[in-house]
Amino acid sequence: MDFAFSEQQDELRKGVRTVLDTECSVDALRAFELADDAGRAARSANRWSVLAELGAPALVVPEAAGGLGLDDVDLVGVLEEAGRANLPEPLLETAALAAPTLAALLPDPVAAAALATLVEDDAMVAVGGVDVTAAGVTSPTEVTADGMLRTPRVVGTRGAELFLLACRDDESGWQLHAVPATSCTLRAQPTLGATRDLATVHWPLASDTLLAYGVAAEAAVALLADRAAAGTAALLVGLADRMLSMAAAYAKDRHQFGKPIGSFQAVKHHLADARVALEFARPATYRAAWSLATAQPSLSHDASMAKAMASDAAELAARLALQVHGAIGYTWECDLHLFMKRTWALSRAWGDAAAHRRLVLEHLLGRR
Amino acid sequence: MDLTFSDAHEAFRAEARAWLEAHVPTEPLASFDTAEGFEAHRRWERQMFEDRWSVVSWPVEFGGRDVGIFEWLVFEEEYYRARAPKRVSQNGIFLLAPTMLEFGTEAQKARFLPPMASGDAIWCQGWSEPDAGSDLAGIRSRASRNATGEGWVLNGQKTWASRGAFADWCFGIFRSDPEAERHRGLTYFLVAMDSPGVTVRPIPQIDGETGFAEIFFDNVEVPEDQVLGEVGAGWTVAMATAGSERGLSLRSPARYTEAADRLVHLYASHGRPPASADAVADAHMHAEAYKLHTYWTASRVVRGHSVGAEASCNKIFWSETDLAIHTAALDLLGPEAELLTGGAPGPWLDGYLFSLAGPIYAGTNEIQRNVVAERLLGLPRG
Repeated sequence: MDFAFSEQQDELRKGVRTVLDTECSVDALRAFELADDAGRAARSANRWSVLAELGAPALVVPEAAGGLGLDDVDLVGVLEEAGRANLPEPLLETAALAAPTLAALLPDPVAAAALATLVEDDAMVAVGGVDVTAAGVTSPTEVTADGMLRTPRVVGTRGAELFLLACRDDESGWQLHAVPATSCTLRAQPTLGATRDLATVHWPLASDTLLAYGVAAEAAVALLADRAAAGTAALLVGLADRMLSMAAAYAKDRHQFGKPIGSFQAVKHHLADARVALEFARPATYRAAWSLATAQPSLSHDASMAKAMASDAAELAARLALQVHGAIGYTWECDLHLFMKRTWALSRAWGDAAAHRRLVLEHLLGRR
Repeated sequence: MDLTFSDAHEAFRAEARAWLEAHVPTEPLASFDTAEGFEAHRRWERQMFEDRWSVVSWPVEFGGRDVGIFEWLVFEEEYYRARAPKRVSQNGIFLLAPTMLEFGTEAQKARFLPPMASGDAIWCQGWSEPDAGSDLAGIRSRASRNATGEGWVLNGQKTWASRGAFADWCFGIFRSDPEAERHRGLTYFLVAMDSPGVTVRPIPQIDGETGFAEIFFDNVEVPEDQVLGEVGAGWTVAMATAGSERGLSLRSPARYTEAADRLVHLYASHGRPPASADAVADAHMHAEAYKLHTYWTASRVVRGHSVGAEASCNKIFWSETDLAIHTAALDLLGPEAELLTGGAPGPWLDGYLFSLAGPIYAGTNEIQRNVVAERLLGLPRG
């Protein structure tokens, strides 16, 4: 028993934080928000090349396939930092979802080619076609009149060279595809927060993009959903930490009635509540990463628990950070909104807290 | 990172489980807040001590096995799994002992720890006073030098002393220098409850049993070797005890994971009502998160870090988790929740009443929130 990160893991996390402090500063996020689509794409490409230089997108790809050969416990700190920075680029989708999913399917040639794109061309990967609900995993992908597939709410589409997409029908079950961007038609779905990047993707069902079907695809999609829940929990932990730090700093600085508002118990207790929720969401999130890295039988339970607790903790941090900031927190002049908007999206992405609570209960009752 | 227990830990678990299965009384003991139940629990402590299970983490010379923090957690998991009796010695073994191991003289450890381990000396805590609860530094009970100048005389009044009605010894803080600043001038004393001048007034708790006592000190003579730590350093010593109370040692996670497991069974056996689903899932998750957090903290302790103000996060979380678990259970029992069995509350109702005290004792959760805000988040003192 040793529930701790290694020195190397701490160093990796620190290194990522240092890079993101510069590359993904609040000024950079504001410039990103104000930029047009082409401007955002250019900024994303620049930032992604820095992350790729660190090896972040291929962190968990085996060394034999050109990656760093690290695991989900190494990755979780990196994701937490990405959340803390509100990184707009699809690091979760590329590094934590697509990379290990493709690596697990090697030596399948479609997977190998897709993974080579990710590793060698430093491609960003968008992911879609999987929803998590209280009833389990479903696909929002539909067949359109022209025989193409349409997947709404695909994440990380701007600048993505590769799309990892799933579909399901009652007859043949699940299919998982690696589709090149050149085969996809995108219609952007504008979101409240600028650091989210969703689009409806039209794509052709083709045999040369097929990664897995039937039972194998079902297993791959189930694992992908667990990875997404666990990884999104790490992003949310980072976001909660950031919003809590901002609110604490503001409460020390802002004076009313001749005192810093942070000296009033009503304010203290708000922030203490957020701190406690974060304190206990963290180990649940790190445990889920360990369960992923070591393929624990309890993985699904552990991932759902992490997502439920991290969603709750980040929602609470957002709510109370806003209250502590008061009216300024409700404006674009204050940075808080950038982080709250990402939180509101991610707390519901890949299954909200309520859905994952039900999934946890199903596990406890032995029904999963 | 490795979240599995080693073979050695598992062997220790198997040994503990086997002993507990062979020895835990099949019929629950009477409540330790009754005279009869108190003595029954004392005998259980003695039985554990004889086979060296009462204080596994202590040094061998004082009755322990000198095992590490993870073995202690494993033992606790097995203890709750076996539904073994509540620890009537808890104030001594979980709160005073860690403090004594840190601040006590060798002579004090040799004198006080073995009888604490065996149940021969059961301790209560003399901290709160009628006018000093959350504001503990406001205590007024006095310690003054006796006539010879080689000992002390205690005067004053302590209250809300759990098990104080039947305990053999009391540890408490007294004001030894009335001129000093509030947090200074306090001294930590160890007092035999049969000392002349000690009067105990039992106080029935919410369940009607004498769980509390008020303790009056009327010119009670205490020798110098019953001062724990330095004279005037009582606040520092007391905060070490409080750290144990809120942090790792008083409330091991097994207590909550075991209760949460029982809650899931209760939910399943009551037809899985949808209205209770969220509460049951949260109870399980929070108990398990507390366990994970404890493993996390223990791993830091093994590396030589100390538990700081995070202990206050712990205290808020375990007390609220306990309350949530038992509230969910009463909700599942619904109209039957209020019923007594054999004239006494059943396990869920009894546990609910006990859990209601959690946010109050060991420093109210409001005070803990202040500590979290000031010491973890750096907010200014009010």
